[in-house]
Amino acid sequence: MKVLVPIKRVVDYNVKVRVKADNSGVDLANVKMAMNPFCEIAVEEAVRLKEKGVVTEIVAVSIGPKAAQEQLRTAMALGADRSILVETDEEAQPLGIAKALKAIVDEEKPELVILGKQAIDGDNNQTGQMLAALTGMPQGTFASEVNVADGKVKVTREIDGGLQTVELSLPAVVTTDLRLNEPRYASLPNIMKAKKKPLDVKAPADLGVDLAPRVTTEKVEMPPERSAGVKVGSVDELVDKLKNEAKVI
Amino acid sequence: MSVLVYAEHDNATLNKVTLSVVAAAKEIGGDITVLVAGKGCGAVAEAAAKVDGVSKVLCADNDAYEHQLAENIADLVVELAGDYSHILAAATTTGKNFAPRVAALLDAPQISEISDVVDGDTFKRPIYAGNAIATVKCADAKKVLTVRGTSFDGVAEEGGSASVENVDVVKDAGISSFVGEELAKSDRPELTSADIVISGGRGMGNGDNFEILYKVADKLGAAVGASRAAVDAGFVPNDMQVGQTGKIVAPNLYIAVGISGAIQHLAGMKDSKVIVAINKDEEAPIFQVADYGLVADLFEAVPELDSKL
Repeated sequence: MKVLVPIKRVVDYNVKVRVKADNSGVDLANVKMAMNPFCEIAVEEAVRLKEKGVVTEIVAVSIGPKAAQEQLRTAMALGADRSILVETDEEAQPLGIAKALKAIVDEEKPELVILGKQAIDGDNNQTGQMLAALTGMPQGTFASEVNVADGKVKVTREIDGGLQTVELSLPAVVTTDLRLNEPRYASLPNIMKAKKKPLDVKAPADLGVDLAPRVTTEKVEMPPERSAGVKVGSVDELVDKLKNEAKVI
Repeated sequence: MSVLVYAEHDNATLNKVTLSVVAAAKEIGGDITVLVAGKGCGAVAEAAAKVDGVSKVLCADNDAYEHQLAENIADLVVELAGDYSHILAAATTTGKNFAPRVAALLDAPQISEISDVVDGDTFKRPIYAGNAIATVKCADAKKVLTVRGTSFDGVAEEGGSASVENVDVVKDAGISSFVGEELAKSDRPELTSADIVISGGRGMGNGDNFEILYKVADKLGAAVGASRAAVDAGFVPNDMQVGQTGKIVAPNLYIAVGISGAIQHLAGMKDSKVIVAINKDEEAPIFQVADYGLVADLFEAVPELDSKL
Protein backbone atom coordinates (compact mmCIF):
# COMPACT_ATOMS: atom_id res chain seq x y z
CA MET A 1 0.00 0.00 0.00
CA LYS A 2 0.95 3.58 -0.55
CA VAL A 3 1.75 6.03 2.24
CA LEU A 4 1.76 9.79 1.94
CA VAL A 5 4.03 11.65 4.37
CA PRO A 6 3.52 15.42 4.50
CA ILE A 7 6.52 17.24 5.99
CA LYS A 8 7.39 20.82 6.91
CA ARG A 9 10.56 22.89 6.75
CA VAL A 10 10.95 24.75 10.05
CA VAL A 11 13.61 26.39 12.16
CA ASP A 12 15.98 23.78 13.62
CA TYR A 13 14.74 22.73 17.05
CA ASN A 14 18.04 23.67 18.70
CA VAL A 15 17.76 27.30 17.63
CA LYS A 16 16.46 29.75 20.21
CA VAL A 17 14.46 32.14 18.07
CA ARG A 18 14.53 35.91 18.51
CA VAL A 19 11.72 38.31 17.96
CA LYS A 20 12.38 41.03 15.34
CA ALA A 21 12.88 44.53 16.68
CA ASP A 22 9.79 45.79 14.82
CA ASN A 23 7.64 43.00 16.34
CA SER A 24 6.60 41.79 12.90
CA GLY A 25 7.66 38.22 13.53
CA VAL A 26 10.61 36.09 14.55
CA ASP A 27 13.95 36.63 12.87
CA LEU A 28 14.66 33.71 10.54
CA ALA A 29 17.48 35.34 8.54
CA ASN A 30 20.56 33.09 8.53
CA VAL A 31 18.93 30.67 10.94
CA LYS A 32 19.48 26.94 10.49
CA MET A 33 16.39 25.26 9.03
CA ALA A 34 15.52 21.58 9.22
CA MET A 35 12.73 19.05 8.89
CA ASN A 36 10.20 19.45 11.74
CA PRO A 37 11.08 16.77 14.36
CA PHE A 38 7.57 15.26 14.38
CA CYS A 39 7.78 14.95 10.57
CA GLU A 40 11.04 13.00 10.92
CA ILE A 41 9.17 10.57 13.15
CA ALA A 42 6.46 10.30 10.48
CA VAL A 43 9.02 9.51 7.77
CA GLU A 44 10.67 6.95 10.04
CA GLU A 45 7.34 5.22 10.75
CA ALA A 46 6.58 5.00 7.04
CA VAL A 47 10.02 3.55 6.36
CA ARG A 48 9.58 0.97 9.12
CA LEU A 49 6.21 -0.05 7.65
CA LYS A 50 7.92 -0.47 4.29
CA GLU A 51 10.68 -2.56 5.86
CA LYS A 52 7.99 -4.77 7.40
CA GLY A 53 6.48 -5.28 3.97
CA VAL A 54 3.23 -3.49 4.84
CA VAL A 55 3.96 -0.49 2.65
CA THR A 56 5.12 -0.55 -0.94
CA GLU A 57 5.59 3.12 -1.76
CA ILE A 58 6.31 6.23 0.31
CA VAL A 59 5.54 9.64 -1.16
CA ALA A 60 6.76 12.70 0.76
CA VAL A 61 5.04 16.03 0.18
CA SER A 62 5.66 19.54 1.41
CA ILE A 63 3.76 22.79 1.03
CA GLY A 64 6.29 25.58 1.27
CA PRO A 65 9.09 27.60 -0.28
CA LYS A 66 11.48 26.36 -2.93
CA ALA A 67 14.06 25.66 -0.22
CA ALA A 68 11.77 22.97 1.23
CA GLN A 69 13.23 20.75 -1.53
CA GLU A 70 16.13 20.20 0.92
CA GLN A 71 13.79 18.60 3.45
CA LEU A 72 12.14 16.50 0.74
CA ARG A 73 15.61 15.27 -0.30
CA THR A 74 16.24 14.40 3.34
CA ALA A 75 12.97 12.45 3.45
CA MET A 76 14.04 10.56 0.31
CA ALA A 77 17.48 9.89 1.84
CA LEU A 78 15.66 8.39 4.81
CA GLY A 79 13.59 6.13 2.57
CA ALA A 80 10.80 8.00 0.77
CA ASP A 81 10.57 6.86 -2.86
CA ARG A 82 9.59 10.16 -4.43
CA SER A 83 8.31 13.54 -3.41
CA ILE A 84 6.12 16.48 -4.33
CA LEU A 85 6.62 20.13 -3.48
CA VAL A 86 3.66 22.47 -3.66
CA GLU A 87 5.67 25.63 -3.95
CA THR A 88 4.45 28.81 -2.33
CA ASP A 89 6.02 31.81 -0.68
CA GLU A 90 2.84 32.56 1.24
CA GLU A 91 2.93 31.83 4.96
CA ALA A 92 0.73 28.79 4.47
CA GLN A 93 -1.69 28.09 7.32
CA PRO A 94 -3.10 24.74 8.45
CA LEU A 95 -6.47 25.00 6.68
CA GLY A 96 -4.83 25.99 3.39
CA ILE A 97 -2.18 23.30 3.77
CA ALA A 98 -4.87 20.70 4.52
CA LYS A 99 -6.74 21.73 1.35
CA ALA A 100 -3.58 21.38 -0.74
CA LEU A 101 -2.89 17.99 0.85
CA LYS A 102 -6.45 16.89 0.12
CA ALA A 103 -5.83 17.65 -3.57
CA ILE A 104 -2.66 15.53 -3.42
CA VAL A 105 -4.56 12.74 -1.66
CA ASP A 106 -7.20 12.83 -4.42
CA GLU A 107 -4.44 12.35 -7.01
CA GLU A 108 -2.27 9.85 -5.18
CA LYS A 109 -4.96 7.87 -3.34
CA PRO A 110 -2.75 6.71 -0.44
CA GLU A 111 -4.19 4.25 2.06
CA LEU A 112 -2.38 5.89 4.93
CA VAL A 113 -1.25 9.45 5.57
CA ILE A 114 1.32 9.81 8.35
CA LEU A 115 2.33 13.28 9.50
CA GLY A 116 3.67 15.07 12.55
CA LYS A 117 1.18 16.13 15.23
CA GLN A 118 2.44 19.69 15.11
CA ALA A 119 5.19 21.86 13.67
CA ILE A 120 7.50 23.50 16.17
CA ASP A 121 7.16 26.96 14.62
CA GLY A 122 3.42 27.68 14.71
CA ASP A 123 2.61 24.96 17.28
CA ASN A 124 -0.86 24.72 15.72
CA ASN A 125 -1.51 20.98 15.89
CA GLN A 126 -4.26 21.18 13.24
CA THR A 127 -3.16 19.99 9.80
CA GLY A 128 -3.61 16.22 10.21
CA GLN A 129 -7.05 16.52 11.77
CA MET A 130 -8.13 19.02 9.10
CA LEU A 131 -6.90 16.77 6.28
CA ALA A 132 -8.77 13.85 7.83
CA ALA A 133 -11.95 15.93 7.96
CA LEU A 134 -11.66 17.19 4.38
CA THR A 135 -11.02 13.70 3.00
CA GLY A 136 -13.59 12.01 5.25
CA MET A 137 -10.90 9.80 6.74
CA PRO A 138 -10.70 8.67 10.37
CA GLN A 139 -7.78 9.95 12.41
CA GLY A 140 -5.38 8.55 14.96
CA THR A 141 -3.68 11.56 16.49
CA PHE A 142 -0.66 11.73 18.86
CA ALA A 143 0.31 8.15 18.00
CA SER A 144 2.77 6.19 20.10
CA GLU A 145 2.11 2.89 18.33
CA VAL A 146 0.76 2.05 14.87
CA ASN A 147 -0.27 -1.43 13.69
CA VAL A 148 -1.68 -2.07 10.24
CA ALA A 149 -3.54 -5.34 9.72
CA ASP A 150 -6.62 -6.68 7.90
CA GLY A 151 -7.46 -3.44 6.15
CA LYS A 152 -7.47 -1.49 9.40
CA VAL A 153 -5.00 0.44 11.46
CA LYS A 154 -4.79 0.30 15.25
CA VAL A 155 -3.35 3.43 16.77
CA THR A 156 -2.32 3.86 20.40
CA ARG A 157 -2.66 7.53 21.29
CA GLU A 158 -0.96 9.62 23.95
CA ILE A 159 -3.82 11.28 25.81
CA ASP A 160 -3.78 13.48 28.92
CA GLY A 161 -4.67 10.67 31.31
CA GLY A 162 -2.53 7.94 29.73
CA LEU A 163 -3.00 5.92 26.55
CA GLN A 164 -6.00 5.22 24.35
CA THR A 165 -6.19 2.74 21.51
CA VAL A 166 -8.53 3.21 18.56
CA GLU A 167 -9.11 1.18 15.42
CA LEU A 168 -9.58 3.01 12.14
CA SER A 169 -10.73 1.84 8.75
CA LEU A 170 -8.37 2.62 5.85
CA PRO A 171 -7.61 5.03 4.34
CA ALA A 172 -6.71 6.90 7.53
CA VAL A 173 -4.65 9.76 8.86
CA VAL A 174 -2.13 9.19 11.65
CA THR A 175 -0.29 11.99 13.45
CA THR A 176 2.90 11.18 15.31
CA ASP A 177 3.88 11.84 18.90
CA LEU A 178 7.42 11.73 20.23
CA ARG A 179 7.57 8.19 21.50
CA LEU A 180 6.39 6.51 18.30
CA ASN A 181 9.97 5.79 17.22
CA GLU A 182 13.48 7.16 17.14
CA PRO A 183 14.30 8.42 13.65
CA ARG A 184 17.45 7.12 11.97
CA TYR A 185 20.12 9.27 10.38
CA ALA A 186 20.50 9.28 6.61
CA SER A 187 23.62 7.47 5.40
CA LEU A 188 25.90 9.11 2.85
CA PRO A 189 25.14 6.59 0.06
CA ASN A 190 21.42 7.14 0.69
CA ILE A 191 21.87 10.91 0.56
CA MET A 192 23.57 10.49 -2.83
CA LYS A 193 20.81 8.15 -4.07
CA ALA A 194 18.14 10.59 -2.93
CA LYS A 195 19.46 13.18 -5.36
CA LYS A 196 18.28 10.99 -8.23
CA LYS A 197 14.83 10.26 -6.84
CA PRO A 198 11.90 12.09 -8.50
CA LEU A 199 10.79 15.42 -7.02
CA ASP A 200 7.73 17.01 -8.66
CA VAL A 201 7.09 20.71 -8.20
CA LYS A 202 3.52 21.96 -8.40
CA ALA A 203 1.89 25.36 -7.97
CA PRO A 204 -1.10 25.77 -5.62
CA ALA A 205 -3.08 26.86 -8.69
CA ASP A 206 -2.40 23.44 -10.34
CA LEU A 207 -4.28 21.93 -7.41
CA GLY A 208 -7.01 24.56 -7.46
CA VAL A 209 -6.34 25.69 -3.91
CA ASP A 210 -6.00 29.14 -2.42
CA LEU A 211 -3.31 29.36 0.24
CA ALA A 212 -3.96 32.99 1.19
CA PRO A 213 -3.77 33.30 4.99
CA ARG A 214 -7.07 33.82 6.81
CA VAL A 215 -5.48 34.60 10.14
CA THR A 216 -3.19 37.61 10.20
CA THR A 217 -0.38 38.20 12.64
CA GLU A 218 -0.69 41.67 14.15
CA LYS A 219 2.48 41.49 16.16
CA VAL A 220 4.94 39.11 17.77
CA GLU A 221 6.47 39.85 21.15
CA MET A 222 8.91 38.28 23.56
CA PRO A 223 7.15 36.52 26.41
CA PRO A 224 7.49 38.23 29.79
CA GLU A 225 10.97 37.41 31.06
CA ARG A 226 11.36 35.68 34.37
CA SER A 227 14.30 36.94 36.26
CA ALA A 228 16.49 34.69 38.31
CA GLY A 229 15.70 34.83 42.01
CA VAL A 230 17.96 34.01 44.88
CA LYS A 231 20.08 31.03 45.77
CA VAL A 232 19.32 29.61 49.17
CA GLY A 233 22.04 27.99 51.26
CA SER A 234 20.12 25.16 52.86
CA VAL A 235 16.88 23.20 52.92
CA ASP A 236 15.94 25.04 56.13
CA GLU A 237 16.28 28.37 54.40
CA LEU A 238 14.25 27.10 51.45
CA VAL A 239 11.39 25.90 53.67
CA ASP A 240 11.47 29.20 55.56
CA LYS A 241 11.29 31.25 52.35
CA LEU A 242 8.46 29.15 50.92
CA LYS A 243 6.49 29.48 54.16
CA ASN A 244 7.15 33.05 55.16
CA GLU A 245 8.22 34.95 52.04
CA ALA A 246 6.44 33.29 49.12
CA LYS A 247 3.68 31.88 51.38
CA VAL A 248 3.02 28.98 49.03
CA ILE A 249 3.22 26.09 51.52
CA MET B 1 -21.72 37.20 19.26
CA SER B 2 -22.50 33.85 20.81
CA VAL B 3 -20.13 31.19 21.99
CA LEU B 4 -20.36 27.41 22.05
CA VAL B 5 -18.08 25.82 24.65
CA TYR B 6 -17.28 22.12 24.46
CA ALA B 7 -17.22 20.64 27.95
CA GLU B 8 -14.26 18.49 28.99
CA HIS B 9 -15.34 15.54 31.14
CA ASP B 10 -15.08 11.80 31.73
CA ASN B 11 -18.86 11.14 31.62
CA ALA B 12 -18.97 11.47 35.43
CA THR B 13 -17.46 14.84 36.37
CA LEU B 14 -16.91 18.15 34.65
CA ASN B 15 -13.18 18.80 34.26
CA LYS B 16 -12.17 22.11 35.84
CA VAL B 17 -10.40 23.20 32.66
CA THR B 18 -13.91 23.86 31.30
CA LEU B 19 -14.22 26.69 33.85
CA SER B 20 -11.19 28.33 32.24
CA VAL B 21 -12.68 27.90 28.79
CA VAL B 22 -15.90 29.56 29.99
CA ALA B 23 -13.74 32.38 31.38
CA ALA B 24 -12.24 32.89 27.91
CA ALA B 25 -15.76 32.77 26.42
CA LYS B 26 -16.88 35.50 28.84
CA GLU B 27 -14.05 37.72 27.67
CA ILE B 28 -15.21 37.24 24.08
CA GLY B 29 -18.74 38.20 25.10
CA GLY B 30 -22.26 37.12 24.14
CA ASP B 31 -24.37 34.18 25.27
CA ILE B 32 -22.48 31.09 26.34
CA THR B 33 -23.82 27.64 25.52
CA VAL B 34 -22.01 24.58 26.84
CA LEU B 35 -22.16 21.29 24.95
CA VAL B 36 -21.78 18.12 26.98
CA ALA B 37 -21.34 15.10 24.71
CA GLY B 38 -20.85 11.65 26.15
CA LYS B 39 -22.66 8.63 27.46
CA GLY B 40 -24.47 8.69 30.78
CA CYS B 41 -23.22 12.24 31.19
CA GLY B 42 -26.34 13.76 32.75
CA ALA B 43 -24.53 14.67 35.97
CA VAL B 44 -21.92 16.55 33.95
CA ALA B 45 -24.66 18.52 32.20
CA GLU B 46 -26.22 19.37 35.60
CA ALA B 47 -22.83 20.57 36.83
CA ALA B 48 -22.28 22.62 33.68
CA ALA B 49 -25.68 24.28 34.16
CA LYS B 50 -24.52 25.64 37.54
CA VAL B 51 -21.34 27.21 36.15
CA ASP B 52 -21.26 30.97 36.41
CA GLY B 53 -22.01 32.75 33.13
CA VAL B 54 -23.48 29.79 31.23
CA SER B 55 -26.87 30.50 29.65
CA LYS B 56 -27.68 27.11 28.17
CA VAL B 57 -26.41 23.55 28.29
CA LEU B 58 -26.85 21.09 25.44
CA CYS B 59 -26.55 17.46 26.45
CA ALA B 60 -25.87 14.85 23.75
CA ASP B 61 -26.02 11.51 25.55
CA ASN B 62 -25.40 8.57 23.24
CA ASP B 63 -23.19 5.49 22.78
CA ALA B 64 -21.59 7.20 19.80
CA TYR B 65 -20.05 9.85 22.07
CA GLU B 66 -18.91 7.65 24.96
CA HIS B 67 -15.20 7.81 24.14
CA GLN B 68 -15.24 11.23 22.47
CA LEU B 69 -14.05 9.83 19.13
CA ALA B 70 -13.05 12.84 17.04
CA GLU B 71 -14.96 11.70 13.95
CA ASN B 72 -18.30 11.51 15.78
CA ILE B 73 -17.80 14.54 18.04
CA ALA B 74 -16.77 16.74 15.13
CA ASP B 75 -19.86 15.77 13.13
CA LEU B 76 -22.04 16.51 16.17
CA VAL B 77 -20.47 19.92 16.78
CA VAL B 78 -20.79 20.83 13.10
CA GLU B 79 -24.48 19.89 13.20
CA LEU B 80 -24.98 22.15 16.23
CA ALA B 81 -22.66 24.93 15.04
CA GLY B 82 -25.56 27.02 13.73
CA ASP B 83 -25.12 30.70 14.43
CA TYR B 84 -22.36 30.56 17.02
CA SER B 85 -19.60 33.02 16.18
CA HIS B 86 -17.00 31.19 18.27
CA ILE B 87 -16.59 27.51 19.04
CA LEU B 88 -14.28 26.89 21.99
CA ALA B 89 -12.63 23.80 23.40
CA ALA B 90 -9.87 23.28 25.93
CA ALA B 91 -6.40 22.72 24.47
CA THR B 92 -6.35 19.23 25.98
CA THR B 93 -5.75 16.08 23.98
CA THR B 94 -9.54 15.85 23.55
CA GLY B 95 -9.95 19.41 22.30
CA LYS B 96 -6.85 19.28 20.12
CA ASN B 97 -8.15 16.06 18.58
CA PHE B 98 -11.61 17.09 17.38
CA ALA B 99 -11.49 20.91 17.10
CA PRO B 100 -9.44 21.16 13.87
CA ARG B 101 -11.82 18.62 12.35
CA VAL B 102 -14.74 20.91 13.17
CA ALA B 103 -12.88 23.91 11.76
CA ALA B 104 -12.11 22.15 8.47
CA LEU B 105 -15.68 20.90 8.05
CA LEU B 106 -16.99 24.44 8.62
CA ASP B 107 -14.25 25.93 6.42
CA ALA B 108 -13.40 28.11 9.41
CA PRO B 109 -9.88 28.90 10.60
CA GLN B 110 -8.77 27.57 13.97
CA ILE B 111 -6.65 29.54 16.40
CA SER B 112 -4.90 27.10 18.73
CA GLU B 113 -4.07 27.49 22.43
CA ILE B 114 -5.11 31.08 22.94
CA SER B 115 -3.59 32.57 26.08
CA ASP B 116 -5.41 35.90 26.00
CA VAL B 117 -8.51 37.46 24.42
CA VAL B 118 -7.87 40.95 23.04
CA ASP B 119 -11.30 41.23 21.40
CA GLY B 120 -13.73 38.95 19.59
CA ASP B 121 -11.44 38.75 16.56
CA THR B 122 -8.03 39.14 18.16
CA PHE B 123 -6.18 36.72 20.39
CA LYS B 124 -2.75 36.07 21.80
CA ARG B 125 -1.09 32.70 21.57
CA PRO B 126 2.36 31.27 22.22
CA ILE B 127 4.41 30.18 19.21
CA TYR B 128 7.88 28.61 18.94
CA ALA B 129 7.40 26.66 22.18
CA GLY B 130 6.44 29.80 24.05
CA ASN B 131 9.56 31.69 22.99
CA ALA B 132 7.35 34.27 21.29
CA ILE B 133 3.78 35.45 21.79
CA ALA B 134 1.82 36.23 18.64
CA THR B 135 -1.20 38.51 18.52
CA VAL B 136 -3.37 37.17 15.72
CA LYS B 137 -6.54 38.42 14.14
CA CYS B 138 -9.21 36.61 12.19
CA ALA B 139 -12.16 38.42 10.66
CA ASP B 140 -14.09 35.29 9.62
CA ALA B 141 -17.66 35.21 10.95
CA LYS B 142 -17.07 31.80 12.51
CA LYS B 143 -13.93 30.74 14.30
CA VAL B 144 -12.78 27.70 16.20
CA LEU B 145 -10.50 28.31 19.19
CA THR B 146 -8.70 26.07 21.62
CA VAL B 147 -7.94 27.60 24.99
CA ARG B 148 -4.84 27.14 27.13
CA GLY B 149 -6.47 26.43 30.49
CA THR B 150 -3.61 27.69 32.63
CA SER B 151 -3.83 31.15 31.04
CA PHE B 152 -7.38 31.87 32.25
CA ASP B 153 -8.62 31.87 35.84
CA GLY B 154 -11.66 29.61 35.85
CA VAL B 155 -15.11 31.05 36.52
CA ALA B 156 -17.02 29.97 39.64
CA GLU B 157 -18.41 26.44 39.61
CA GLU B 158 -21.64 27.68 41.18
CA GLY B 159 -23.81 30.68 40.58
CA GLY B 160 -25.39 29.91 37.23
CA SER B 161 -28.81 28.40 36.60
CA ALA B 162 -28.83 27.46 32.95
CA SER B 163 -31.42 25.21 31.38
CA VAL B 164 -30.37 21.78 30.15
CA GLU B 165 -31.65 20.80 26.73
CA ASN B 166 -31.25 17.25 25.48
CA VAL B 167 -29.93 16.90 21.96
CA ASP B 168 -30.94 13.77 20.13
CA VAL B 169 -28.61 14.19 17.17
CA VAL B 170 -26.72 10.93 16.70
CA LYS B 171 -23.61 11.08 14.58
CA ASP B 172 -21.77 7.83 14.21
CA ALA B 173 -19.34 8.06 11.32
CA GLY B 174 -18.63 4.33 11.63
CA ILE B 175 -15.00 4.73 10.53
CA SER B 176 -13.33 4.56 13.93
CA SER B 177 -13.86 2.57 17.08
CA PHE B 178 -12.57 2.57 20.63
CA VAL B 179 -10.43 -0.44 21.52
CA GLY B 180 -9.22 0.32 25.03
CA GLU B 181 -7.37 2.66 27.29
CA GLU B 182 -4.78 2.57 30.02
CA LEU B 183 -5.28 5.47 32.34
CA ALA B 184 -2.76 6.32 35.00
CA LYS B 185 -4.34 5.81 38.41
CA SER B 186 -3.26 8.19 41.10
CA ASP B 187 -4.67 9.65 44.28
CA ARG B 188 -2.60 12.77 43.73
CA PRO B 189 -4.09 15.83 42.05
CA GLU B 190 -4.01 16.09 38.29
CA LEU B 191 -0.90 17.80 36.92
CA THR B 192 -2.56 20.61 35.00
CA SER B 193 -4.84 21.67 37.85
CA ALA B 194 -2.62 21.05 40.91
CA ASP B 195 -1.64 23.99 43.13
CA ILE B 196 1.79 22.50 43.66
CA VAL B 197 3.81 20.40 41.22
CA ILE B 198 7.08 18.65 41.96
CA SER B 199 8.93 17.32 38.92
CA GLY B 200 11.98 15.15 38.45
CA GLY B 201 14.49 15.13 35.61
CA ARG B 202 17.32 13.03 34.34
CA GLY B 203 19.14 13.68 37.62
CA MET B 204 16.71 11.32 39.36
CA GLY B 205 18.75 8.45 37.92
CA ASN B 206 15.91 5.93 37.64
CA GLY B 207 12.20 5.44 38.11
CA ASP B 208 12.48 4.00 41.64
CA ASN B 209 14.13 7.18 42.85
CA PHE B 210 10.93 9.11 42.02
CA GLU B 211 9.66 7.60 45.29
CA ILE B 212 11.33 10.43 47.21
CA LEU B 213 9.35 12.94 45.13
CA TYR B 214 6.08 11.07 45.76
CA LYS B 215 6.70 11.34 49.51
CA VAL B 216 7.16 15.10 49.35
CA ALA B 217 4.20 15.38 46.97
CA ASP B 218 1.92 13.57 49.39
CA LYS B 219 2.91 15.92 52.21
CA LEU B 220 2.23 18.98 50.08
CA GLY B 221 -0.81 17.65 48.24
CA ALA B 222 1.18 18.08 45.05
CA ALA B 223 1.10 16.44 41.64
CA VAL B 224 4.27 14.80 40.31
CA GLY B 225 5.66 15.62 36.88
CA ALA B 226 8.80 14.91 34.91
CA SER B 227 11.01 16.41 32.24
CA ARG B 228 11.15 14.92 28.78
CA ALA B 229 14.64 13.62 29.55
CA ALA B 230 13.23 11.56 32.43
CA VAL B 231 10.42 10.26 30.22
CA ASP B 232 12.75 9.45 27.33
CA ALA B 233 15.05 7.60 29.74
CA GLY B 234 12.07 5.43 30.69
CA PHE B 235 11.96 6.52 34.36
CA VAL B 236 8.26 7.44 34.26
CA PRO B 237 5.35 7.35 31.79
CA ASN B 238 4.78 10.07 29.21
CA ASP B 239 1.59 11.34 30.83
CA MET B 240 3.82 12.86 33.53
CA GLN B 241 5.77 14.93 31.04
CA VAL B 242 5.78 18.70 31.58
CA GLY B 243 6.95 20.75 28.63
CA GLN B 244 6.35 21.85 25.08
CA THR B 245 5.45 18.35 23.98
CA GLY B 246 3.86 17.36 27.26
CA LYS B 247 1.60 19.19 29.66
CA ILE B 248 1.56 22.92 30.28
CA VAL B 249 1.31 23.70 34.00
CA ALA B 250 1.13 26.93 35.95
CA PRO B 251 0.80 26.03 39.64
CA ASN B 252 1.41 28.33 42.60
CA LEU B 253 4.57 26.39 43.37
CA TYR B 254 6.70 24.36 40.95
CA ILE B 255 9.62 22.40 42.36
CA ALA B 256 12.11 21.21 39.70
CA VAL B 257 14.37 18.47 40.98
CA GLY B 258 17.37 17.30 38.97
CA ILE B 259 16.06 19.16 35.92
CA SER B 260 18.58 21.15 33.89
CA GLY B 261 15.96 23.43 32.33
CA ALA B 262 15.93 22.82 28.56
CA ILE B 263 13.83 25.36 26.61
CA GLN B 264 11.29 22.64 25.90
CA HIS B 265 10.78 22.06 29.62
CA LEU B 266 10.66 25.75 30.51
CA ALA B 267 7.91 26.19 27.89
CA GLY B 268 5.72 23.95 30.02
CA MET B 269 6.20 25.50 33.44
CA LYS B 270 7.58 29.02 33.30
CA ASP B 271 4.20 30.60 34.04
CA SER B 272 4.24 29.01 37.51
CA LYS B 273 3.93 31.58 40.29
CA VAL B 274 6.91 30.44 42.33
CA ILE B 275 9.63 28.19 40.95
CA VAL B 276 12.10 26.25 43.08
CA ALA B 277 15.07 24.47 41.53
CA ILE B 278 17.15 21.82 43.25
CA ASN B 279 20.16 20.80 41.19
CA LYS B 280 23.77 20.02 41.95
CA ASP B 281 24.99 21.83 38.82
CA GLU B 282 24.98 25.50 39.71
CA GLU B 283 25.27 26.44 36.02
CA ALA B 284 22.01 24.65 35.14
CA PRO B 285 19.71 26.99 33.13
CA ILE B 286 16.80 26.17 35.44
CA PHE B 287 18.34 28.54 38.01
CA GLN B 288 17.81 31.44 35.60
CA VAL B 289 14.05 31.13 35.98
CA ALA B 290 13.91 29.89 39.58
CA ASP B 291 12.77 32.19 42.37
CA TYR B 292 14.61 30.00 44.85
CA GLY B 293 17.55 27.90 43.80
CA LEU B 294 19.25 25.30 45.95
CA VAL B 295 22.56 23.95 44.69
CA ALA B 296 22.65 20.54 46.31
CA ASP B 297 22.65 16.81 45.73
CA LEU B 298 18.98 16.01 45.32
CA PHE B 299 19.37 12.66 47.09
CA GLU B 300 20.28 14.56 50.25
CA ALA B 301 18.15 17.67 49.79
CA VAL B 302 14.83 16.02 48.91
CA PRO B 303 14.70 13.62 51.88
CA GLU B 304 15.73 16.54 54.13
CA LEU B 305 12.93 18.63 52.62
CA ASP B 306 10.55 15.75 53.25
CA SER B 307 11.56 15.58 56.91
CA LYS B 308 11.15 19.32 57.43
CA LEU B 309 7.72 19.78 55.93
